[in-house]
Amino acid sequence: MSMKYYVCIKQVPDVNAPLQIKEGELIQDADRNILNAYDASAVEEALVLKEAHGGEIEVVLIGQEKAKETIRKTLAMGADSGSHIITTGSEEYDSSSYAKILASFFKDKEYDYIFCGKQSQDTDSGLTGSMLAEFLELPYATNAVGLQIDGGKLIVKRQGDIGQEMIELPSPSLVTCSNDMNDPRIPSLKGIMQSKRKPVETIPVDDLHGDFSSESIKTSVVGYEEKPKREPGKKYTGEPEEIAKEVAQLLDTAENVI
Amino acid sequence: MSNLLTYISVTDGKIKRASLEVLSRCNEIAEKNGLTSAAIVISDDSTTVVEKLKAYGPSMIYTIEDPIFKNHLNTPLLKALAVAMEKIKPDVLAFASTEGSKDILGALAANMDAAALADVSEFDWSGDIMKAKRPVMASKIISAVEAKGSPVILTVRSGSYDVVEKSSDAGVESIPFSMDKSELKQTLKEIITASGDKIDLSEAETVIAAGRGVKDEEGRKLIDELAAVLNAGIGASRALTESGDYDPSLQIGQTGKVVSPQLYIAVGISGAIQHVAGMANSKVIVAINKDPDAAIFEIADYGLVGDLYKILPPFIEELKKIKE
Repeated sequence: MSMKYYVCIKQVPDVNAPLQIKEGELIQDADRNILNAYDASAVEEALVLKEAHGGEIEVVLIGQEKAKETIRKTLAMGADSGSHIITTGSEEYDSSSYAKILASFFKDKEYDYIFCGKQSQDTDSGLTGSMLAEFLELPYATNAVGLQIDGGKLIVKRQGDIGQEMIELPSPSLVTCSNDMNDPRIPSLKGIMQSKRKPVETIPVDDLHGDFSSESIKTSVVGYEEKPKREPGKKYTGEPEEIAKEVAQLLDTAENVI
Repeated sequence: MSNLLTYISVTDGKIKRASLEVLSRCNEIAEKNGLTSAAIVISDDSTTVVEKLKAYGPSMIYTIEDPIFKNHLNTPLLKALAVAMEKIKPDVLAFASTEGSKDILGALAANMDAAALADVSEFDWSGDIMKAKRPVMASKIISAVEAKGSPVILTVRSGSYDVVEKSSDAGVESIPFSMDKSELKQTLKEIITASGDKIDLSEAETVIAAGRGVKDEEGRKLIDELAAVLNAGIGASRALTESGDYDPSLQIGQTGKVVSPQLYIAVGISGAIQHVAGMANSKVIVAINKDPDAAIFEIADYGLVGDLYKILPPFIEELKKIKE
């Protein structure tokens, strides 16, 4: 039987783009939205598994109409199809809302594995993956840095606190992926051409069943602040021997950290 | 019944310092608001941990003991936490942010229909609302967040609070727990640990971090020597964990470990924002880089511009003299 992989993806602001805060609001260049880097690694890993063992890859994205370009990017990388759960952008969803929406989407689906990025690179929360696993009652592993299928079982190499944990998961299960597992491929011209013919189903979020109302949302962002700036200290550019000695002594006498 | 509950993270019978930071903060909030601040230890053997913990002022210490907790695995930990939450019914459950707590935070919150806040750098609980701050956008910006309802579950970045000793004669209560192995759908086959360096990076007072400028065996030897002189933990930038020169568990940055030591020495590290996100809260930052325009110099207190292979040997010599 052929494997079915789902990869949950998200369009996020590019953290490298210029940012500013005006009256507690975060202002960012909306044209610099990209595929979340961790999700890109999840897509790449699914592609590698498909190449080795066959199967089919579908990506799922929750977002506004304009986020379709991000689905197209993953189709150009090699995913087979996409589902786009359309939101208006006015909702103040938190991780739990996203997980509930995805849980509703997956309720009547059949699959072997769901892959997610381990966190989204703008908020770094890392909650949605394991929340989704809990809602779907799936075994899961987070922070995967390697995946392989061995004798029909998925072996996850997870970066834990004291080392790398090798965890065997059955089908179906869920894995959240680190960007340390691979370098996601850049879509080829052929891939881009083919992606235009690949099916993308559009699902208005209101068509899914569940409570995603604003009353159900338990966490909210109430404002943004600049991080207290660290002032650059002194630069030492002289002879290596001299500056090395000088700084070593200052760490002892001026800073008392030796 | 406890209002705040801190999960005490234990590795090889040793309490993780960051857990004590969280407990100290919960004690402070409890004192201010007339609440209680308890602790829970979930491990294979909590005897010695419980005695040590009493020096940090919990109002009560709960334990769940089972051999299954020797190594981290999310299913049994989630089950134990659900049992504990049912019994203790705290309004706030706080963890130090570790790969272990990050693994279960979302699932636990979903299971308990609780609000979850990940990786906060500040938090305050008034009795009905949780206000917290968390770094976002690769730690370039701080977002102020709120969580409502009870319980609220959160993980706290290490180094966010000081550890405050406070003697207590806390009672100890063991919570019964059993788990049938057949409930385990996943299997931990083995743990691959880095050999050698035993200093826990996230707890070290001094951290030496190697970057792309450390090109070869000779460079790595200099890093080892410097770390030995300063009794420092060794970390690395993503470039050097990806290349295989350093173990992946040593990666410092947005996707790796977040450290906030007293002294951070960045050797041959350019200072990409993803790396800076993991170390910008260090007290004193020293950077050694041959590129005078390297971004790391913008946050370094002491920036040594030059060839690390020429700077490190006299630097190590001088530090040895100071140490004598």
